[in-house]
Amino acid sequence: MAEFIQTTSTITSKNRWDHILARCGIRRSHHSVQPGLYALGSPDKDSSVFVTANYTLSFDALRTALYERDAYILVLDTRGVNVWCAAGEGTFGTEELISKIESTGIEKVINHHRLILPQLGATGVSAHQVRQRSGFEVEYGPVRAQDLPQYLKDHRATPEMRKVRFNLIDRLTLVPVELVNSFIPLVIIAGLLFFLGGWFNVLWIVSAWLASTVVFFILLPWIPTREFSTKGLILGALVALPFVVYQFTQTDESTLQGLMRVAPMGLIITALVSFFTLNQTGTTPITSWTGVKREISKYIPILAVMAGVGVLLIVLRLFGIGK
Amino acid sequence: MKTELKINTLQFFPKLCTNCGLCSKVCPQGVFESGETAARMINRAACIECGACMINCEPGAIKVQAGVGCAASMILAALTGQKEPACG
Repeated sequence: MAEFIQTTSTITSKNRWDHILARCGIRRSHHSVQPGLYALGSPDKDSSVFVTANYTLSFDALRTALYERDAYILVLDTRGVNVWCAAGEGTFGTEELISKIESTGIEKVINHHRLILPQLGATGVSAHQVRQRSGFEVEYGPVRAQDLPQYLKDHRATPEMRKVRFNLIDRLTLVPVELVNSFIPLVIIAGLLFFLGGWFNVLWIVSAWLASTVVFFILLPWIPTREFSTKGLILGALVALPFVVYQFTQTDESTLQGLMRVAPMGLIITALVSFFTLNQTGTTPITSWTGVKREISKYIPILAVMAGVGVLLIVLRLFGIGK
Repeated sequence: MKTELKINTLQFFPKLCTNCGLCSKVCPQGVFESGETAARMINRAACIECGACMINCEPGAIKVQAGVGCAASMILAALTGQKEPACG
């Protein structure tokens, strides 16, 4: 008999706490379950087999979606990474699936050869290769586990179930993890800027940080332009504007001198926000490898020049040039 | 249209298609749709190059330079000389 681990559809308070930490990106590599074969309820030889990643959010989404059903769950070792990211990295893949089919001895507990995979696993799994090499048929279920009850009625997915969604709520889900991930670098940069120019500097760097995380994800579809860098340039210029205007009005210098004084900050804030938003591409499901590669080669030099000119103007000013 | 075509590397060869319907099932962006005798590429510009259609197309009717559209991992890879994608 193949060995399996018993599981349920119940989410305990310990699970909930783990979900909160995972959503905040805290202890990022610790949200994993043991890979292998699980029995949900009391499955028999005709029960369906669902495949998932060993990330707690993936596994828990699946077992709760299968509430009051008896099924087997085959958990692949994706090193605690979700299905789609693991599929992109190859850990949720043909090799790992075949290896788990063999090592768990799943063939001995069921009398069919059908596996239901999450659709996003298809990036790493080749259904015909699995069939040729293991004899198992791969069936791609919906993108989201929560659609499984509907899907399992006739094993047909609506076009909506097949699409990756990225609505306001999905985007807001990303905000906590983005804030947590960038918090320590922010504190360091803000600390340095504080010594260079006091609270005014802290205020603009925090604004730039919140703009490229919170505001960016909320406004994403409505910021004109398609590229993330140009979205960031627009957002960055908007963030820089009040600071530049404020600084400009706080002086009795001539217009040209005033402009020379505020230009560095405007350039640096805009370039920083654009760089941060470009770095958000991997967090979203809407960017392509070719598109991002082109954006990097097109905009990184521009952003570097903007920031470089900004720093240069500040340095020149320290030597009394441009005053 | 010309600029749109450059956004991704997706290529579809309908003559090789056996109309199995798998591409329209695995695509998370609705790029493909089942047709009468072959799949139809209805929204090429939406392709994010995840590669799911290509590796699940048995007759090899779909070609795409698959990869993860993540600037952070590409920049990190360029700086450290590592193989992308590295999520960290």
